[in-house]
Amino acid sequence: MTNPVRILVAKPGLDGHDRGAKVIAQGFRNAGMEVIYTGLRQTPEQIVQTAIQEDVQVIALSCLSGAHSYLFPKVMELLKNEGIDDIIVLGGGVIPEEDIKDLKDAGIREVFTSGTPIKAMLDFINENTGTTGGVS
Amino acid sequence: MEQKNRELAAAKEQWEENLKEKVLPRFPERKERFLTHSEIPVETVYTPLDIESTDYLEDLGMPGEYPYTRGVQPTMYRGRTWTMRQYAGFGTAEETNRRFKYLLDRGQMGLSVAFDLPTQIGYDSDHPLAFGEVGKVGVAIDSLRDMETLFEGIPLDKVSTSMTINSPAAVLLAMYIAVGEKQGVSPEQLSGTIQNDILKEYIARGTYIYPPEPSMRLITDTFEYCSTNLPNWNSISISGYHIREAGSTAVQEMAFTIANGIAYVEAAIKAGLNIDEFAPRLSFFFNAHLNFFEEVAKFRAARRIWARIMKERFGAKNPKSLMLRFHTQTAGCTLTAQQPDVNIIRVAYQALSAVLGGTQSLHTNSRDEALALPSEDSVLIALRTQQVVAYETGVTDTVDPLGGSYFIEDLTNRVEKAAMEYINRIEAMGGAVRAIEEGFQQMEIQDSAYKYQLEIESGERVVIGVNKFQIEEKPPQNLLRVDPVLEENQRQKLNQLKQERDHQAVSGSLARLKEAARGSGNMVPPILDAVRVYATLGEICDVLRDVFGEYQQKAIF
Repeated sequence: MTNPVRILVAKPGLDGHDRGAKVIAQGFRNAGMEVIYTGLRQTPEQIVQTAIQEDVQVIALSCLSGAHSYLFPKVMELLKNEGIDDIIVLGGGVIPEEDIKDLKDAGIREVFTSGTPIKAMLDFINENTGTTGGVS
Repeated sequence: MEQKNRELAAAKEQWEENLKEKVLPRFPERKERFLTHSEIPVETVYTPLDIESTDYLEDLGMPGEYPYTRGVQPTMYRGRTWTMRQYAGFGTAEETNRRFKYLLDRGQMGLSVAFDLPTQIGYDSDHPLAFGEVGKVGVAIDSLRDMETLFEGIPLDKVSTSMTINSPAAVLLAMYIAVGEKQGVSPEQLSGTIQNDILKEYIARGTYIYPPEPSMRLITDTFEYCSTNLPNWNSISISGYHIREAGSTAVQEMAFTIANGIAYVEAAIKAGLNIDEFAPRLSFFFNAHLNFFEEVAKFRAARRIWARIMKERFGAKNPKSLMLRFHTQTAGCTLTAQQPDVNIIRVAYQALSAVLGGTQSLHTNSRDEALALPSEDSVLIALRTQQVVAYETGVTDTVDPLGGSYFIEDLTNRVEKAAMEYINRIEAMGGAVRAIEEGFQQMEIQDSAYKYQLEIESGERVVIGVNKFQIEEKPPQNLLRVDPVLEENQRQKLNQLKQERDHQAVSGSLARLKEAARGSGNMVPPILDAVRVYATLGEICDVLRDVFGEYQQKAIF
């Protein structure tokens, strides 16, 4: 039996749109993952610290304010400074197609935009963390 | 009448029997149960039997008369149409001023300002938390100087302005008054709205700063200030819009909004205000979502509920205190990133439901808003959509055209009943503020949002382009991008302002504000004094942070 995936769902920046973050948090939890949700208004520093303290395998960042191009790479930079390269970081929100390449270049593993089913994210996480169990 | 209804009941029974025995076995219905978004059952057909208990004069009344179910004005859109008011703002004040003029030149009737997140949360553009967010979801306003630029060439006595600003609402209102002074327009000539609705920020929208108690004081201070100085200003826009966007049903949206409204009225009465002095300037803001008839029923039921509460519970006498006047915006959360042009059609039906529900003003969303801030071309189509409803369809020619429909009246009754159950539940918990502190509304919304998502994923709820009728698409073109250089420009302008202004006047005004905040007097006058000498939004909000502390959200899901 594999251990359940530990995942941090985080809201960086000042954006208050948390419907998507909470819906996926609930979806991940119902699929058997251990989910930590940060709540609103987290700085990249706070997110990285929480990820370390909670020993997560995955960070799912959600931003709908358009500040993703600043905030997501900042999280990657701070992780790198901490010498962490084994946490999978995902992005989601209102993110224009043309920004996705830069985010991936900065180390964001995948970007899920509006309309993505929870199942697609679960499949991605399970494939990339090498877990098969846990999905209901 | 009774004899007629007995005959009808017998006829209906026979018809249903025939349906069950002969029709349905050969032509089954598409679903086992038909439900509205709020899960109110929808029957095959409605007849006078469904509204037997409705008393026309008591429950509907004439337009412009209690309980205002049919509308707040006697002639509604036969007199004049609703105010077409597109929410706009991005980048710097210069950029947004250009967009305002573009919209006004094309027949928009009122302005609606979108502020960026640092402004909404009371941070200047040079605050560390502002980085990456300046000018993104709205215009960046750091001081009166930005506000002067925002309204440059727009006479404030000729236009009404709605400002989506909550925690720092008093500060932005003060800046608007000060711009008026510079244009030679007195406060009593100003017309518009500040959103000023903190409770829904805790519930659903997230731009809170201070804890509930001092926030409620700031709100009742603005009520008082507006009722004596700005007779044409809506001192609050009690908003269900964001509650719905966060995933609530129609019933939850309306019920939680009315419950918040009750909390504001109680706070104002407790602060010593007279109900008939402030209540006429309370306004509301609702969402127009996809389930067409339930939306119409929601608007009608909201008017009836509010009128009854204001009259029966609070003893308001002025008819204007009883009228629920509201702004509507079409549902942003129903826009899809897939096949974005289809959003134009969604928006059109949503706009129609708002108009058939008797809205006082309307924002129609742009097709590209699931992808980015709207481009100029998209905004024009959105504005034209409501102009088509207003000038081409004829739906404006009579008041409440759906009134009297057996279905609409029954649905209005059912929405009202379900909403009252929620309102009473919240009352039993000790009111809206207590319920929020316990996370009640937040959890209810969260459950509805999750359910809605599962319905989409199972295909039970059809979303064209997302789970049905998908096609291969090219990435969308011509999206609006906010130039990152604007953020840097904004910080430079702020820096320059800080060097040029009268430092002594600024620090003196902030010290007086602090004193006022510690005391119990109205805080609007000292805020206005600080704004006039170019104290920044961040400085003013920081003074209040020092005195009031900051709200900490419980992260629940």
